[in-house]
Order: sequence, then C-alpha cells, then structure tokens
Amino acid sequence: MSDLEMAATTELGARPGEVPPAAGGTPPPKTRSLAGDAWYDLRRNWIFWVAAALVVLVVLMAVAPGLFSSADPTACNTRRQYAGPSGGAILGYDFQGCDVFSRTVHGARASVLVGLFAVLLTGVIGLVFGMLAGYFGGWLDALLSRVIDVVLGIPLLLAAIVLSKRLAADRSGSGIVSVVIVLGILGWTTAARVMRSSVLAARSQDYVAAARMLGAGPLRIMWRHILPNALAPFIVVLTIALGTFIATEATLSFLNIGLRPPAISWGIDIATAGKHVREAAMPLIAPSLFLTLTVLAFIMLGDAIRDAFDPKLRR
Amino acid sequence: MARYIIRRLLQMVVTFIGTTFVVYALMFANQNDPLQALAGDRPVSDNVRQVLTEQYHLDDPFLVQYAYYMKGLLTGDLGRTLTGRPIGDVMADAWPNTIKLALLALFFAALFGIGAGLVAGLRRGTVFDNTTLALTLVVVGLPIIVLAPIAQLVFGVKLGWFPTTAGARPDLYGLILPALVLGAASTATILRLTRTSVAENVRADYVRTARAKGLAVRRVVSVHVLRNSLIPVITLIGVDLGNLMAGAIVTEGVFNIPGVGSKLLLGIQTEDGPLVVGFVSVLVIVFLVTNLLVDLLYAVLDPRIRYE
Amino acid sequence: MTYQQYPHPTHGYPASGESQTAPVVAGWGDDRSASWDTPTAAWTTAPSRARVERPTSGEHLLDVRDLRVEFDTRDGVARVVNGISFHVDPGETLAILGESGSGKSVTAQAVLGILDTPPAVVRGGQVLYGGEDLLTMAPERRRQVRGQEIAMVFQDALSALNPVYPVGWQITEALRSRRGIAKADAKRRAVELMDLVRIPAAAQRVDDYPHQFSGGMRQRVMIAMALAMRPKLLIADEPTTALDVTVQAQIMDLLATLRAELEMALILITHDLGVVADVADRITVMYAGRVVEQADVHTLYGAPAHPYTRGLLASVPRLERRGQGLHSISGTPPNPIAIPQGCAFHPRCPYAQQMCRITEPTLLRIGRLDRASACHFPPEALDARHA
Ligand SMILES: Nc1ncnc2c1ncn2[C@@H]1O[C@H](COP(=O)(O)OP(=O)(O)OP(=O)(O)O)[C@@H](O)[C@H]1O
Ligand code: SF4
Ligand SMILES: [Mg+2]
Repeated sequence: MSDLEMAATTELGARPGEVPPAAGGTPPPKTRSLAGDAWYDLRRNWIFWVAAALVVLVVLMAVAPGLFSSADPTACNTRRQYAGPSGGAILGYDFQGCDVFSRTVHGARASVLVGLFAVLLTGVIGLVFGMLAGYFGGWLDALLSRVIDVVLGIPLLLAAIVLSKRLAADRSGSGIVSVVIVLGILGWTTAARVMRSSVLAARSQDYVAAARMLGAGPLRIMWRHILPNALAPFIVVLTIALGTFIATEATLSFLNIGLRPPAISWGIDIATAGKHVREAAMPLIAPSLFLTLTVLAFIMLGDAIRDAFDPKLRR
Repeated sequence: MARYIIRRLLQMVVTFIGTTFVVYALMFANQNDPLQALAGDRPVSDNVRQVLTEQYHLDDPFLVQYAYYMKGLLTGDLGRTLTGRPIGDVMADAWPNTIKLALLALFFAALFGIGAGLVAGLRRGTVFDNTTLALTLVVVGLPIIVLAPIAQLVFGVKLGWFPTTAGARPDLYGLILPALVLGAASTATILRLTRTSVAENVRADYVRTARAKGLAVRRVVSVHVLRNSLIPVITLIGVDLGNLMAGAIVTEGVFNIPGVGSKLLLGIQTEDGPLVVGFVSVLVIVFLVTNLLVDLLYAVLDPRIRYE
Repeated sequence: MTYQQYPHPTHGYPASGESQTAPVVAGWGDDRSASWDTPTAAWTTAPSRARVERPTSGEHLLDVRDLRVEFDTRDGVARVVNGISFHVDPGETLAILGESGSGKSVTAQAVLGILDTPPAVVRGGQVLYGGEDLLTMAPERRRQVRGQEIAMVFQDALSALNPVYPVGWQITEALRSRRGIAKADAKRRAVELMDLVRIPAAAQRVDDYPHQFSGGMRQRVMIAMALAMRPKLLIADEPTTALDVTVQAQIMDLLATLRAELEMALILITHDLGVVADVADRITVMYAGRVVEQADVHTLYGAPAHPYTRGLLASVPRLERRGQGLHSISGTPPNPIAIPQGCAFHPRCPYAQQMCRITEPTLLRIGRLDRASACHFPPEALDARHA
C-alpha cells in the first residue's frame, strides 16, 4: 500500500493557493478557483467517471444487497456443493453449497464498512497530528516525525498481523472493529505527513501571516486559512488509502486474522475457494473480481482527483 | 559518511527497540493469561505452561521479560515454537527458499519494470505507453490474494505451464510463477517511476550535451538517461521490500513454498505466538537493514548526496 | 521615446582602421598534429568516420541559409527561427547577438541537430558544412559531424554536465566511445585538456564531480569537453551568462586564446554587446528569429545600421558616457506565436513608418563593405559615413 500513498505524497506535495495554468482544449471560464478548475478537468476525465460509477455500484451493494440478489448468503447446503447455476444463483454454488453470487454481493458491506471507518479513523488521526506538527513545529513536530518513522519502519501487513492477533484475542463478533482499529493505528502516517507538509506550505503564505498579525488564534487560522488549502492532497491520499484498506482487510481475512463468520468477506471466500480451485473456479473468480474492481475504483478515483488538482502533472 | 552510517545505525536501534517492544508488548503485556493468549484457542498443558513460563520469564516484571527476550534475539536465540522446535532452526530451513523467491521476484520486477518503463518514458503518448500505463494501474489495484490464486488457476491448473505448487524443495522453475506474482505490484510501481523519471531526464540539459558530443543514441540512453533515472527507482525498490515481505506470506501460502512467509502464515493459523513474534522481529530487522543499505547505495549512485 | 539620446555614431568604439587586428584565418588543412595537441593514439590513427571534405576555395566553413524552425505548442505554432542566414569562415569569430528569446539557442541547436523533435520542426533552409547540407545528411553521418567537427558549449554548465559522473570522465567520454582510446590514456587526456582550459590542479580534480566546482571552473570543464575532439568550429551559447563579471572576462579571454591556439572557428552567442567587442570579428544581430544586421565588429560599433542595434548599443554602459544614464529599448520582445506583421521590430522602433507595419524589410547589403541591414529606413548616420 505504501507505494501508492508514497506516490501520492511525493507527487502531490502541497502548493496551496497556486492557480494552475490553463490546460489544453477549450479554455475554462476565466475566473476560477483551484477546486473549480479541478472539477473542470475531472469532468473531462473518463477514468474519473468509470471509477465513480464503480464506487457507486459497490456502495449500493453494501447498503442494499437485496437489490442485486434475493438469496440468503448464509443459507448453505452441502448437498448443493459445486452445483452449477440455477435460479437466482447465477454463478452456481461453492464448496459449502452457498450461493456464490449472493455471497459476493453481500461481501461488499464488510469491505465498504471497514474501508470507510478505517479512513475516517486515519483521517482524524492524520489531520490532528499533521496539523499539530505542521503548525506548532518544534519538539512536537520532532516527536511526531519520529513516531511516524517508527510506524512506517514496520511493513504494514507484518504489523497488522501482530496487532490483529492481539486484538482478536477475544474471539467474539465479526472482527470488523478490530480490523478498523488495526488499520487506523497503522495507516494514519501518510495522511499525517501530507497534512503536515500542506500546513507547513500554507503557514508561510502571506495571508496566513497577515491573519496571524491581526490576532487570529491558531484554531481559527487552521480552520479558516490552512485547512481549505490543505484539503485537496489530503482527500487524494485518503481516497487511495480507502482502496488499499479494503485490500488489506481482505488480505487479513484471507490470512484468517481479519473478519470472521458470520461476517461475509471477500478475503475469506477467496481463501476458501483457493483451496478448492481444482473443483470449481467460479467461487474464486467472483469475489476476486469484485474485490479487484472495488480496490481499483478507489485508487483510480484518487489518481484522477490528484491529476485534476496537480497542475504540474498535466500534459 | 561513516558518521552518517553510525547515526543511521543508532536510529535503527531506536526503531528496532521500539518495534520489538511494541510487538512483544502486544503479545504479552496486560493479558490475564499470556500463555493462553500465546497459545490461542488450544488448551495449554501444565508441562508446556511450565516450559513457556520459564522461556518467557513470565514470573519476572514485564520490562525484565522484554530484556530477556531482546537478549535472546540478539544472541540468535529466538526461543522455541509451541511445538517445541527451536525457532532458529525453523528459520534456517525457511530462509533460503524465501531469499530465492524474493530475489527472483525483484529480478523480474526490475527487468520488466525498468525495461518497459524506459521504452514508455522514451515514447510517451504512444500506444505502448498508454497500454502499459493502464496495465500498471490494474496491477497496482490487484490485491495479491487475488493475483496469486488466479495465476495458479490459469497458468498452473488450466494451462499447465508451471507447477501449481512448488513443493518441499522448490527448484528455480517452480519458483518462476510465484516470483512473477510476488513481483507484480513492484513491477508496476517500478515501471511507473522509471517512466516518469526517464521522461523527465530525456529533456535534461546534460542529455543534450551528450547528444552534442555525437554519442550514439544507444549510449546516450543507457549511460546518461537510464543511469540517472535509476536513482529514484533504487529507493523505491528499498521501500518495496516491505511489501514484498507481506506479499511473500500470501504467495508462499498459496504456492506451498516452505519459506519464511508460509511458516509465518502457519504460525498465525496455528496461533503459535512465539513463532509469530520471532519471525516478525527478524523480518523487521531485515527490512531495516536493507533500507539502510539502499540509502547507502543511493549515495553511491548519486555523488551529490553527501550524508553528514 | 528616448531614442533621440542614442549615442552619436562618431564617438565611442574605435573606428575601423585604428588598432584593428586582422582576423586570424587559420589554415583549414594545416597539419594539425603540429599544434598544441600531443599526438596520441586518439589523434594519429585515422578516424573511422566519414570525413567531411574540405571546402573548395571560396566556400565557407559553415554556411547557414534561410533556416526556419518552428515549435508546435499548445497555444499555436511558435515561429522561433524565421529564415536566418549567416556564415563562418575557418578561424573566424562570429558573434550572434540578440535579446533573450530571439532564437539564438534554437538556431545553434538546429545547426548541431540536437533540437528535441517534437516539439521543434525544422521547416526549411540549409546548413552547409564544408559544402554539404547537414539537414539532409543521413542521421548517422550527421552524428559523426557533431562533436567531432562542430562542438558546443552550453549556457548553464551546472545542468549541462551530468551530475553523476566525474568531470574527467565526461570530458573524454566521446574520445573513449567514439575513438576507442584506452581508459588510462583517457585520463591523461582529461588532465591535459583541463590544463589547457587553465583549471588549477587538474590532476587532482579530474575525478571530482561537477557540483564540486565553482561556476567558472564548471564552464571551463564544458569548454574542455567541447575541445576534446578538436572541432573545427566551436559554438559557445552564452558561455558567460551564468557567471559573475570577473569570471566572465576570464572565460572570454580563454575562449579567444584557445580559438587562436587551436585554429578553430568560433560562434559566440550572447545578448551582451559589451562582451563581444574585443573577441569577435563579425557580428550577426538577431531579432525575433531574423537577422536584422550583419557587419564587421568595428563597423557595427561605429555606425549601427539598424535601429535595434542602435538601441542595443545605447544600453551598453561605457566609461565616456558616464553620467548620461543608460538607455534600454522600450517594450518587450515579441511572442514567437504572434510575431508582428511587417518589420517585427516596428512596435518598439522610434523610426517606424506606415510601411514598416505592412512590408517586411529584407536583409540588404549596405555600402561596399560586407554588411547588411534589414530596415526600410536605416539610420541616416550610416549614409553619412559610407556614401
Ligand atoms: N521546446 C520549446 N517549446 C516551445 N517553444 C520553445 C521551445 N524551446 C524554445 N522555444 C521558444 O523559442 C524562443 C527562442 O528560444 P531560445 O532559447 O532560442 O532563445 P535565446 O535567444 O537563446 O534566449 P536566451 O538569451 O534567453 O537564451 C523562445 O521564445 C522560446 O519560447
Ligand atoms: S523597418 Fe521600420 S520598424 Fe523596422 S527597424 Fe526599420 S524603421 Fe524600424
Ligand atoms: Mg539561449
């Protein structure tokens, strides 16, 4: 995951208040904000629309799986093991005789929930830490930077493994909460870094200095002057992180340390189906495809937003 | 330079202590029954209980326990698994396979990533460039838990080009497919970075100078453009190593390669706490050391960088 | 308009005739091994390249005719070079003068064939080297000319040197890869070349990297690199712009000395009239990608025959005009995407008439000398002098 996030951080950086030069094609309207300009670019990017459509689809599946499949994903019957498609089960049945399509549709909920809450958590932690470090600097910055170094110094999955083992010690519930906590604890560093550098860049701007001179307090300055400009790169990082969190959740579940039944997770289904791939391929292919598309959708979305916001990358 | 290395080593020690402390604390601290937590769902016999209590000095205060553990770690004594095998032995068996796999994966990633990235960077905007760029995006979004079983299904089961599992003593041929799977994400990121870097460098003034000298195109590209473009790619490979380790857990599990990753996976699944802690600690050390080496390599590749 | 205050052409620089040194015209076909160069394997073995034939008498070493270069940009076609013609004879120093953006560097790179295409497109013209057109030559043959016959020194030596290789390595790279000389020989050659361009302690510094040198020393390294193949023509593209004034003079001196010592021709590109007075034999003045005036250096200083040149001269600080203030040409250089109709200089020209806005003036010979000006109304002073 850190690749993409790193790419996002390094390529994006923060250039608050910088108005990009006119891009090619028909020139956008004369007076425009950075956001307006980005939106202008975004609307012309087909990748953005494909990604957005996929995201809407997945969210819809998570909110109302009944719209797609009426079958109960937990109503399994081993007598139907590997049975071909029939009735509502358009993709047939798996090893345990569960409806593959229904399970795949219902798997979206766990992924979206984990991704969303993990991003919220990392977003809040990253925002607070990044702002504090960037705005106040000094020992606070030094301390937080060291902490970030340590957390980044451990490969995410390795840390997640250890952490999950610990959190999963009490084996009750579906494990969603512990996975969210694991991802939150380990995933906030990139968001914090981006926020910190945005704040550092914004802090040296004239209007911030002016506001400070006029006696505005730190909270007000951060809220009114710094946050709006730092938001774009932050959102990009979080969007991409959403994709990677979903992938990590699936991986943890695949390794049997993430979600647990009764939660339906694509990762669990992939792990089970992978062991019986010789007998039937569809139970493996269906959740794999959905997982990939979901992860891809968020990453592409983040990519598209970044491209729109970063004038330097335009060609 | 020497001063820089010493400082980095000191920092590394801090990170290492921090990491192992966290790992250790997570496994042992604040548990009602740390042994039961270690053993997971399995019942712990009195015999094992006694051995483990001794091994982890559970009767001592927590910090002392940790100190003992560190001492063991530094002297190469990683303790024993729940099944009683010395963890050091398990590692000695597993490492060669993992190193082979990781090197092969890195080799493929560097070969394809740098090769295709160079071509794409030189021919920006062409069909080749756009196709590879779209492909890399897909590969980056493809979780390894999807890629590994699907590759096994397609190239192993259906097409039969490669063995589906590598077996107890994997040969090089058996490792090719797992290495390709493991290196896929790195290939994509290396490709993208190489492409950007090359596209930037072909326009550099010193490349113009090289052309003005009348050097052959091949030499301009390989000696000036590529060489300079590889500097950031090297650092990326260092960062990627962490992902490679994580990926190895899944890849080795799926392809049944008796390496560090699959042993760790087994440890997770059998809830063998000591094994997990031991392996993760060692992997973190490996990660930290390779990152230091990559940083030093960076200084060798770019003479402008002087570590003080 | 401050034009009335332009200097009267009769004062200032020495009129032609006084203290004029004849240009050193070096023998084109001289036995080269007799000069500064210690014969090594690199020089004495016959190079395996297609040698460009020596020109028949009367031909110029380099003869650029009606060169046109355009850039395809997002905003339209930028006509950067619009029919440039100039020539250089063996051993001669030609200065190409023009404001920033007038297309000097693009011209030089087009001559050498190192423009990035795309976005650049050479639309027409000829670049005759020894009678052969470089533009229509096979790419491989043209590459042989680069560096070996015509070499170039770039404006910003820091970015023009590869940061990751030692300077000695870069100086002799062409010798090693194109003439196959051995590593040990190459290092010796590198030290010799660094000595030649007066880099102190060359033997100790040969393995240093570009960032370890000062700006002036880096430019010397660039020059040494350009000289490594012993070109017959050296194009120096604003070699001193990035340097401070004292260093500028040193580099200029060095170039002049080396040009004479090595008997090569030199094209000196600059936007600074003051820099070239002592070095150049002839001057070509460019404006908006066209030649507006061509003249012998003393003639040009004495009596500029184009309003633009007069403007440039007025902006050079001179001792005898102390207290009179400096004058610069008002307005800004034209955007190459929208070059004004007629005479490109007319929006800034104090002499401009209706005709200037409609008809483009052609470069016409003036008087009996080898000088020309592209102006409908060349300054009267000129007529007074040369009628
Ligand atoms: N790659 C390019 N794409 C588009 N336009 C270009 C490109 N390179 C040069 N130009 C344009 O060509 C014009 C002339 O550029 P050139 O570098 O030759 O100027 P110059 O006379 O050397 O100026 P300077 O004294 O600043 O070096 C400029 O207006 C520039 O905008
Ligand atoms: S042609 Fe006219 S506008 Fe152009 S330089 Fe001569 S007088 Fe000025
Ligand atoms: Mg220039």
